[in-house]
Amino acid sequence: MALVEIENLSVEFPTQGGIMRAVDGVSLKLEEGEVLGVVGESGSGKSVTMLALMGLIPFPGRVRADKLAFNGRDLLTISDKDRRKLTGKDVAMIFQEPTTSLNPSFTVGFQLTETLRLHEGMDRKAAERRAVELLGQVGIPSPESRLSAYPHQMSGGMNQRVMIAMAIACNPKLLIADEPTTALDVTIQAQILDLLISLQKERNMGLVMITHNMGVVADTAKRVMVMYAGQIMEERSADDLFASPQHPYTAALLAALPERSEGGRLATIPGVVPGLYDRPKGCLFSPRCAYATEHSRNVRPTLKPWAGGHIRCHYPLGDPNRDAEIQHDHPVGTEAAS
Amino acid sequence: MAAPPFSVLAMLRFILTRVSLIIPTFIGITLLAFFLIRLVPGDPIETLAGERGIDPARHEQLRKEYGFDKPIIVQYGIYLARVLQGDLGKSMITQEPVLNEFSSLFPATIELALCAIIFALVLGLPAGIIAAIRRNSIFDHGVMGISLAGYSMPIFWWGLILILLFSVQFDLTPVSGRIDVLYYIEPITGFLLIDTLLSDEPEAFWSAVNHLILPTIVLGTVPLAVIARMTRSAMLEVLGEDYIRTAKAKGLSRFRIVALHALRNALIPVVTVIGLQIGVLFTGAILTETIFSWPGVGKWLIDAIFRRDYPVLQGGALLLGVVVMSVNLLVDLAYGLINPRIRHTR
Repeated sequence: MALVEIENLSVEFPTQGGIMRAVDGVSLKLEEGEVLGVVGESGSGKSVTMLALMGLIPFPGRVRADKLAFNGRDLLTISDKDRRKLTGKDVAMIFQEPTTSLNPSFTVGFQLTETLRLHEGMDRKAAERRAVELLGQVGIPSPESRLSAYPHQMSGGMNQRVMIAMAIACNPKLLIADEPTTALDVTIQAQILDLLISLQKERNMGLVMITHNMGVVADTAKRVMVMYAGQIMEERSADDLFASPQHPYTAALLAALPERSEGGRLATIPGVVPGLYDRPKGCLFSPRCAYATEHSRNVRPTLKPWAGGHIRCHYPLGDPNRDAEIQHDHPVGTEAAS
Repeated sequence: MAAPPFSVLAMLRFILTRVSLIIPTFIGITLLAFFLIRLVPGDPIETLAGERGIDPARHEQLRKEYGFDKPIIVQYGIYLARVLQGDLGKSMITQEPVLNEFSSLFPATIELALCAIIFALVLGLPAGIIAAIRRNSIFDHGVMGISLAGYSMPIFWWGLILILLFSVQFDLTPVSGRIDVLYYIEPITGFLLIDTLLSDEPEAFWSAVNHLILPTIVLGTVPLAVIARMTRSAMLEVLGEDYIRTAKAKGLSRFRIVALHALRNALIPVVTVIGLQIGVLFTGAILTETIFSWPGVGKWLIDAIFRRDYPVLQGGALLLGVVVMSVNLLVDLAYGLINPRIRHTR
């Protein structure tokens, strides 16, 4: 039994201009102890997918799925009460901005023990002892004295460590890290990533690493899911994906990494993620794709098995016949470039 | 390095800074109270003499006696010197020391003001919180509409409407005063609600409560409206914060998230507003006390204006000013207590 099973998940937000589809038909399976990287630009639906799994989609967002299960429990029909017993205990999440994600009016100790007292039923004394232990485990020096500190008295890196301590407090089976290092200094980023990986190995917990930084994925994940405009574009093992990306979007993301740039110029992807009004009829990436054709502009590709993973593209990069197919379908190139 | 959670030294410095700010404010109040009343046409001695008038020689003699013949700047100097020695003067009408009159009347005003602010808090905080949680619901629109009306309503008109409706039409509440004339309660604390309970007449307590209802509503309406609106907007802002999402991700109950994690932060701006409203309350008390013939400081001051009783006006305004300043200081301290970011900075 997989730890997480998501089939055909859609999340929609009604707006004044119509219905915004933030997540569009996402399916996903995660085994126990697996590390999955979810990559994509801002607005690609990576966070919203995971918030839906956590049951944290704010009103008036609508979540629909054929299946949404955690550890064999159906999350679509679960009661609010049972859901609350799960969130924060078996599934935990940390966020991008550690400093604003902690409540400024309560001490670190209060916020940390709150989770323990709620889910583990500990008394104050026991919870405090455990909190000190946890703060030590996430590498916070002199943890006893930190219990009475407020978030504004600590650095962003320290606050993120507190968030991680809070998240792992009840030994979750799954930890979702939503851009855990984006708001931190580069030197601190590496420390936090190392911490997450070592905790994951120690506890054999599932870890979903949401990021727009391919470098972070390369350091952490075994398997990678690339998302674009709410859809999965490509999904395969990290090694394969980095060695030979199959989707033009993945390839473009990798080419945009500074360490992969050639000739001193940073590669960019022209254009932006489509919004509510300019959602293409065909492939969602086609307006920005260098290999777009009449066919891909008009027909939306489906997610199909490919090279040990899945891909949503008419012309995968590893396909020997792709040049001929592109010629046959009348190439148009990028809109942004033309 | 972990900062100490509560720094006594920082707190002391904070208090001293705030107290030192009181001095210029204090002088400002004496200036305003002294010169404004002298701008009002009418001579206190003529008012004192009444309609029969007074003969010019006696008039001149009295002017000398009260020091009104000296240049106005000199008069102010003498007044300020006396105030600094703790002498606020005597009422020109009753010849009672201003301080004595003030302290015998002030409990009535505090009693009314306290009831009004409690009324405003008990209704305003929950109304604002529920309106924020049920944003754009009928309840939300209702609360916001009513509070806008309450905020915009002139106090004296609102008071008269309530008297007409509840006292005159339905005969449910008394029209004026603090207690039924049947009862005589020996003032012990000056607060009738307490004194009546201490007395051996239990009905007197209910009479005092009955007399308090309408003035409390009238005086509490504006603070109620302000507190409800402020609580709602502060709550809405806080509910969108990242740490509320964290609280949800911890699996906390909805009640705990709202009542603890959100409210604690939403209260910070609300406490400031409550502090400002307490100042407004005393001004409002002047009108409310006049409408309901409430024997408090407000009514006393209004009467003093009509009698051109300079010492009472100057002393009363000054004492009220000091009370408002003290309350604001207390509110600032409370603000530091609920907001750790204020308590620890510098």
